Amino acid sequence: MVRLTDLDSGSAQHLLDKDCPPFETQPFVAGPPLAERRVAIVTSAGLHRRGDRNFDLSDLSYRVIPGDVALADLVMTQASVNYDRTGFQQDINVVFPLDRLREMDAAGEIGSVASFHYAFNGAGQLAPAFEPTAREVGRMLKEDGVNAAILVPV
Amino acid sequence: MLRSALALLERGDGPPILDDFPDDAPGDGPTDMTGWSCPIPLPPAPPSDDPALLADVLSEIGTLSPWQALAVEQRGRTGLGAAGVPIETVARFLHDLLEGNGAADNPSDTLTLGQSFRGAAEDLKTYYMEAATAQPGNATSRSVADWFWGGTAAGRLLLALHPVCAAAADDGVKRVATGQLIPRLHKHRLS
Repeated sequence: MVRLTDLDSGSAQHLLDKDCPPFETQPFVAGPPLAERRVAIVTSAGLHRRGDRNFDLSDLSYRVIPGDVALADLVMTQASVNYDRTGFQQDINVVFPLDRLREMDAAGEIGSVASFHYAFNGAGQLAPAFEPTAREVGRMLKEDGVNAAILVPV
Repeated sequence: MLRSALALLERGDGPPILDDFPDDAPGDGPTDMTGWSCPIPLPPAPPSDDPALLADVLSEIGTLSPWQALAVEQRGRTGLGAAGVPIETVARFLHDLLEGNGAADNPSDTLTLGQSFRGAAEDLKTYYMEAATAQPGNATSRSVADWFWGGTAAGRLLLALHPVCAAAADDGVKRVATGQLIPRLHKHRLS
């Protein structure tokens, strides 16, 4: 996560002005060892396959990214113009670390990589607005047998 | 970093579990932000039938094309594709919007005019930034952005589009111009 001190003052203040209420509950569950976990990625980078619909401003929908996707087939149409895309342009694993998961899977460090991953557009809406689609994605992750998700905030 | 994050799943001392990851990004630090300049000269275009600004952008695209191709070769992918048309078409479409006071023929059959505008602006930036980051030197993201917005005809084109398209008749074009075209950090260049 970038430090506020590494941002320009306008962007830092924009983040400081965000309303960040405390969570009312702190659910915590144990699970199997990492080597037995099935891992998915949920990113808010606005990624999708080239043939999928672009993300729009204030877009609450999500895109499904198959686990066997070729990373060259992914584009980003994230709605925010303010965040830095140069890292993503040089290595997509910065926002969608599928290569790393595949390596960890091959090395036996994780149990498996999920059959599907999910991308949201992380701009223009407050978190509560995403709850219906988040629950939908949660059900699909469960159907896929996923018991560990990497949330990549962008 | 990913390994460290996933290892948190095996800890039982929560909630919450908050751990710092100690590594800093490479090239961090304010001094690096002034240490890079694009080594490829981008002079004004030779005489052409196109309007001067469009000709300059097309000339830059041509000059940068070997580096953008190298970026694709090295990385195995490109981030281009939001507008779904070739980069020269992107440049011409954006210039048409400028000349047409926010109106132009939509190059896409599937995107709205506003979505095409948004995608084209992103594709233009992506093309330049992929080319710039393929070149030698330790370019930081800030220095590459400063170069694009302050030192290229493409940056001048997007800056010129802001006031024109903010007054466009098309709501989608207007919305992109006012909120999705110029990053907060570079809005001072509008004045």
